[in-house]
Amino acid sequence: MAIEGADIIKAAAFLGAGLSMGLGAIGPGVGEGMVAAKACEAIGKNPKEAGLLTRTMLVGQAVSESTGIYSLVIALLLLFVV
Amino acid sequence: MSAEPQSLINVAAYLAGGIAMGFGAVGAAIGEGYTAAQANLSVSRNSENSGDLFKNMLVGQAVAESASIFALVIAILLLFLDHPDATVIKAAAFIGAGICMGCGAIGSGVGSGFPGGQACWGIARQPAVTSRLTTNMLIGSAVCQTPAIFSMVVALMLIFMDFSQAPLAPTWAALIGAGLSTGLAAIGSGFGGGLAAGASCEGIARQPETVGNVTTTMLVGQAVAQTPSIFGLLVSFILMFKSFPESTTLSAAMALLAAGLCMGFGGIGPGIGNGNTAEGAVRWVARNVTHAGELMRMMLVGQAVSQSTAIYAMVVSLVLIFVL
Repeated sequence: MAIEGADIIKAAAFLGAGLSMGLGAIGPGVGEGMVAAKACEAIGKNPKEAGLLTRTMLVGQAVSESTGIYSLVIALLLLFVV
Repeated sequence: MSAEPQSLINVAAYLAGGIAMGFGAVGAAIGEGYTAAQANLSVSRNSENSGDLFKNMLVGQAVAESASIFALVIAILLLFLDHPDATVIKAAAFIGAGICMGCGAIGSGVGSGFPGGQACWGIARQPAVTSRLTTNMLIGSAVCQTPAIFSMVVALMLIFMDFSQAPLAPTWAALIGAGLSTGLAAIGSGFGGGLAAGASCEGIARQPETVGNVTTTMLVGQAVAQTPSIFGLLVSFILMFKSFPESTTLSAAMALLAAGLCMGFGGIGPGIGNGNTAEGAVRWVARNVTHAGELMRMMLVGQAVSQSTAIYAMVVSLVLIFVL
C-alpha cells in the first residue's frame, strides 16, 4: 500500500475530526446531565418556580454546550475546509 | 515480513479474545463490588434481615455479572472457533468484535451495580417492601444490560458474517470502526441507566406508595439514556452492511475508522448525563409525587439538551461514512 503525502494528510484530518467530535461530546453530555438532574431536584423542592428553574437550567446547559460546539466546528473544518 | 492469512487471523483472534475478556471483566467487578459494599452497610444497619439482604445482594450481583459472561462467551468463541476458509479481512472483523464486546460490557456492569446496592440499602430501611425493591432492582438492571446485549449482537455478527466479498481496503477500517461505535457508546448508556435504576430503588424504599410513578419515570428516563447506544448500533450496522468501493488510500480507511471513534466516544457523555438526569428526576418523584408530571417534563427537556452532542457526533460520523 503506497502512502503519499496528500493522502496521509487527509487521513490525519479525518481521524482528527472523528476524535475531536467524539471526545468533545463527552464533557457537555455529562455536564448538561448534571444540570438537568439538579434542576429536577430543585423542582421537586419548589414546584411553583418551575418556569424560572427551567429557564435557569437551559441557560446553564447552553453555556456547558459551548465546548461541544467548538468541537463540532473544528470537526467540520477538518472535514471540509482544511 | 510476509504473514499467511491463517496466522494473521489467529493473531487477531487471540488478541481480540484478550481484549474482550480483559475490558469485559472490569465493569461487572466494580458494579458487584458496589452492591456488596452497600449490602454490608445494610446488614450492619439491620442485621435481623441479613438473610433477605444476602439473597438480594447475590441476585443483584448475578445480573451485573451477565455482561462479563457475554464477554467470556465472545472470548471463548474467538479463541476456539475454526476458520478454515477465512480471508484476511476476518482479522479486522475479529479485532472489531473484541473491542466491541470488551468496551460494551464496562458500562452495563458498573451500572447494574447501582440498583443492587440501593435495593440492599432500601431493604435495611424498610424490610416490608423487600419484594417490590427486588422487582424494581431486577427491572432496572435488566434495562441496564441492553447496551451490553447490543455489543454482543454486533460482536457475534462481526465474528460470523462473511465479509470475504468485500475489498480488504477500506473495509478493514469499517469493521474495526463498527466495533468501536457500539462498544464505546455502550459505556455511557449502561452507566446512566444504572444511575436511574439505583435512584428508583432508593425512592421506593423511602416512599413505598409512590412505586407506580417512580417505576414509570425510571423506565422513561432509562429509555432516553439508552438512545446514544442505539445511535452507536445504527452507525455500526451502516459500517458493517454498506459496501465500500475498493480504495487503497489511507484517507478512505481513516474516514471509516474515525466514524466509529466519533460515534463511539460521542455516546459516552450523553449516556452518563441522561442517566444522571433520570436519577435526579426519579429521586424527586419519590419525594414529591404530586408534581411527578412537572418532574417528568423537566427530565425530558434536560435529557433532550444533554443528548445534543451525541447527535452532533452521529452527524459527523454519517458525513465521514457517506460524504467523504
